Amino acid sequence: MDLKEKLVSSFLAFENRVDVDAYVHDVRSEAIKVFEEKGFPSKKEEAWKYTSLNAILKEDYSVFPKQENTLDYKDIKPYFIHDIDSYKIIFIDGKYSSHLSQTTHDGLDVCLMSSALNKPKYQLVIKNYFNKIAEKDSLTSLNTAFSNEGAYIHIPKNKIVEKPIQILHFSTGNESATMLQPRNLIVVEENSHVQIIERHQSLTDNPVLTNSVTEIFTNKRAIVDYYKIQNDSKKASLIDNTFIKQRRESIASVHTFSFGGKLTRNNLNFYQEGERIDSTLKGITIIGDKQHVDHNTLVHHIEPNCESHQDYKGIFDDNSTGVFNGKVVVEKEAQKTNAFQANNNILISDKASINTKPQLEIFADDVKCSHGCTIGQLDESAMFYMRSRGIPEKEAKALLMFAFSNNVLESVKIPEIKQRITKIIAKKLGVNIGFDL
Amino acid sequence: MLKIENLHASVEDKSILRGVNLEVKPGEVHAIMGPNGSGKSTLAAVIAGREDYEVTKGSITFEGEDIEELAAEERAHKGVFLSFQYPIEIPGVSVTNFMKTAINETRKAKGLEDMPAKDMLKLIREKSELLEIDRKFLSRSLNEGFSGGEKKRNEIFQMAMLEPKLAILDETDSGLDIDALRIVANGVNKLKSKDNAVVVITHYQRLLDYIIPDFVHVLYNGRIVKSGGKELAHELEEKGYDWIKEEINA
Ligand SMILES: Nc1ncnc2c1ncn2[C@@H]1O[C@H](COP(=O)(O)OP(=O)(O)O)[C@@H](O)[C@H]1O
Ligand SMILES: [Mg+2]
Repeated sequence: MDLKEKLVSSFLAFENRVDVDAYVHDVRSEAIKVFEEKGFPSKKEEAWKYTSLNAILKEDYSVFPKQENTLDYKDIKPYFIHDIDSYKIIFIDGKYSSHLSQTTHDGLDVCLMSSALNKPKYQLVIKNYFNKIAEKDSLTSLNTAFSNEGAYIHIPKNKIVEKPIQILHFSTGNESATMLQPRNLIVVEENSHVQIIERHQSLTDNPVLTNSVTEIFTNKRAIVDYYKIQNDSKKASLIDNTFIKQRRESIASVHTFSFGGKLTRNNLNFYQEGERIDSTLKGITIIGDKQHVDHNTLVHHIEPNCESHQDYKGIFDDNSTGVFNGKVVVEKEAQKTNAFQANNNILISDKASINTKPQLEIFADDVKCSHGCTIGQLDESAMFYMRSRGIPEKEAKALLMFAFSNNVLESVKIPEIKQRITKIIAKKLGVNIGFDL
Repeated sequence: MLKIENLHASVEDKSILRGVNLEVKPGEVHAIMGPNGSGKSTLAAVIAGREDYEVTKGSITFEGEDIEELAAEERAHKGVFLSFQYPIEIPGVSVTNFMKTAINETRKAKGLEDMPAKDMLKLIREKSELLEIDRKFLSRSLNEGFSGGEKKRNEIFQMAMLEPKLAILDETDSGLDIDALRIVANGVNKLKSKDNAVVVITHYQRLLDYIIPDFVHVLYNGRIVKSGGKELAHELEEKGYDWIKEEINA
């Protein structure tokens, strides 16, 4: 039985295991039909031309957790930003871990999707927001069909959430291969501000496939800063589907740091509905071996006077491959749009490759849109210059790469995240230098 | 200190150095002059360990050790320094952090701990004052948007920070106005001792009025074709290179 059949035939059993709310049940049933009809995307589809799921779909995944697994604090400590006070929503093999988490209902809801989907007091929010902006493509539909667990975050009006929220998914490898389908819903009401950190981490070398869907709503003048840290083990793959709908004057940013994993696909979609909206999409990708990272972004400008800023840096070593597919749509009504997109890449090895493709669809005439992509090698004369000052080859290379990607890090607002990313980069590049540029 | 014997070097199969002999002893100042394209920068780069130049014949010894197989950074750790004719811009790396990394990597190579932050700051302050470099300048990206003169002054600042045994200054005077030239020359002279040596590559007598050479060599067509004392520089300033070319071709 292939994975698609396995998933489709598991659906009834899955729904029997979870509490079924009629509304959610309908959404799920609809979604499994879409998935059944479409199946997994193949390279024949334009959006998947350079990313093949074939190899990772061959594993015999267990498609929902069979048993409760536990982890100790010390096992997971290295994987979250522990030097700041934060809310934590922690999952182990897809199951919520209450003893590791730190949630709240005190003035805001930082809790679980499973309870939000079932408890009457959340019903209205669920009806208004759940599965409203998630696309109806096959992978998102697959997630919707199996949506049950993940983070549920609801920030009421006029609230500045002082502590960042960390959403962490761990897999123990207790199953020989695990498929996870976390589903997050984040609703930020008027004038509120929240910072969120998300990370998926496998703790063994058993294969893991995560197909994650996150819906984020930023209402009027809300501010959301979202950080995705992707530094998973060699056998872990991630398909991240994130949808953000912004209302007027809201500011949303997503920073994606992709250093690890086997295959990572980021489908990041921004829908601007309102005037004077600001959207930021930034990323640093540093990979090697046979790793693959694919950024597939969309910014949809619908109304006038909005901005979007995209800046993705990629560094590819060994046989690694990268894809950047950045689509910007500016509707006819969206005059005075200011849309900026840049994708700069360095290929360290001559076996590494990147496919980068900006797609601009502009229907308004009074707009400022710029895009640029570059693919280069490491600057040899800069290398010699640094080495002639006593900086060894590896360190010189690391310093150049760090400098190359530094402007993305500069816009990270939480210093501890910046430090952590810096450390991960140093480790990734095998150097022990401070980079305090 | 430095001994170059019958050095031949080529780049992309084009032979550039064709039998250079040069010996530099501690405490000496040597000037290398010569028309454009004669191979001066190539010689400097080969000594500093640039990999795209291939040494096809001959040897380079530094303090009795054959350094031909050593990487550029290893030569730097031994005390070789090159002030670049065209310093490279490195966006995103500040002058200060570049120097900190260079110094600490050099210390690491010698088995020493990182320099304490306080000492580092003191050193930076001292050397930037010597070169009359504004503090603000040090937090800017290395060489990015620097004027020609600022780049050269920054090279000598780096030299002052690293205190090399052998400093090769490749046309450090070009792009400097007279005040900057004086500052740079003064910096070099302050660092001069009986234990270190300087090789000054220049077209002009100007710099040699401040940094007084013990020996002057003329590099032409990849060979040192004439050597003499400091008067040779004056002669070249007056008469140009044509008489040397004629002498050789005769
Ligand atoms: N990387 C290189 N590739 C090809 N030719 C080079 C390279 N570097 C130097 N050359 C050539 O070697 C010769 C000597 O150059 P250079 O050492 O820069 O001379 P100088 O510094 O005396 O003006 C010139 O003809 C120059 O064009
Ligand atoms: Mg030159």
